[in-house]
Amino acid sequence: MAFTLYALLQAGLLVVNAIAVLHEERFLRHVGWGSDQGIGGFGEEPGIKAQLTNLIRSIRTVMRVPLIAVNSVTIVLLLLFG
Amino acid sequence: PRVGLEDPKTALLAPKSRTERICQAPNPPFFVPKPRAAIASQTPAPHFLPRPPIFCPGPPFFALNSPPNTSASVALESCGDPSPPTDPKSPLFCPKATTETPSPPPHPPHWGVSAWGCGALLGSAPQIDRFLPVGRLKYYFAVDTVYVGRKLGLLFFPFLHQDWQVHYQQDGPVAPRFDVNAPDLYIPAMAFITYLLVAGLALGTQNRFSPDSLGLQASSALAWLLLEVLAVLLSLYLFSLPTDLSTPDLLAFAGYKYVGMIAALLAGLLFGSTGYHAVLGWCCLSIFVFMVRSLRLKLLAEAAVGVAGRGSRSPPRTYLTAAIAAVQPLFMYALTAHLVR
Repeated sequence: MAFTLYALLQAGLLVVNAIAVLHEERFLRHVGWGSDQGIGGFGEEPGIKAQLTNLIRSIRTVMRVPLIAVNSVTIVLLLLFG
Repeated sequence: PRVGLEDPKTALLAPKSRTERICQAPNPPFFVPKPRAAIASQTPAPHFLPRPPIFCPGPPFFALNSPPNTSASVALESCGDPSPPTDPKSPLFCPKATTETPSPPPHPPHWGVSAWGCGALLGSAPQIDRFLPVGRLKYYFAVDTVYVGRKLGLLFFPFLHQDWQVHYQQDGPVAPRFDVNAPDLYIPAMAFITYLLVAGLALGTQNRFSPDSLGLQASSALAWLLLEVLAVLLSLYLFSLPTDLSTPDLLAFAGYKYVGMIAALLAGLLFGSTGYHAVLGWCCLSIFVFMVRSLRLKLLAEAAVGVAGRGSRSPPRTYLTAAIAAVQPLFMYALTAHLVR
């Protein structure tokens, strides 16, 4: 199996980039995954959709700035070392 | 100054040194700064608890993150005696251990058990504590030979074991050396490294060995392990399944399959393809039963769920347990098949 740790890191970076690019207003709202669209009652157990929406929103909020740094480093390294 | 043996009322009124005041406060901070002379003169031995953990009532003393501005973290014993005072009136009185845990034979000084309960933690650099919970990790490495032997027996033959419940003490689960059901990280770590060595051996007997391929095997196995743990964590989060399974627990459960893989690889080296398939089949079955029985108590039991009513038998829980258990044999086959010809 040629699935290395480096491949895992690359895949992780690409997935996080993909989640960060999802635009709240233009896209997620139309699909129904906007962050303000009816999460449900307070005491109720949140369903999968609410958990996913929360996850996407948190990833976008938390990873915005670190992604800039990590992407820049990756771009420079890939340019230098192929 | 000796604290803890005075009458609490007058003790509170009398003027005190700072250490005394901190030690007798109702919620002492975990790390009490100690004068430098005392640190220098203290030998390493008193840090360790040579006896079963003492269970203190009151605020939890097993805080694991040091406050950011302490320069040296010291043992809680700086508050007073190494042994807690037996006078019931003193504020540091700790009742004796209940009958839940057996009194172990005298062990050489160890760190693992003292990570839980109000025992003294060996001070580690505060910088490391922020990234890696060293205290909690010490719990997972508190093993001894008897435990390792029993756990390996359980991994290869879990069919006759009756009681899979992890025993708890007052503050948390009992250290692995006292309970064979508790997950540990020693066996998975050793099994992982041994798997890499055996893989190198297998490649060598087929003239396919090079140092690069060994690194490739290591990287690949580690990546799959991390992916598996991340997938389980994601499922637990998405389906809102409250459980007391922590990340090191999941890492331990994911790492137990390496023991079976080693056995299958060795059988393949010694007895060829038939031996490999026979031992692999047996190990797949036993790891499946082991995982189902261990996870059933952690994911499906009433006590693990914590919230009554919604149901401990809800479909996501059963599916997740079955999925985790079923994916182990798949990994075992996929990570060893290409090594045996």
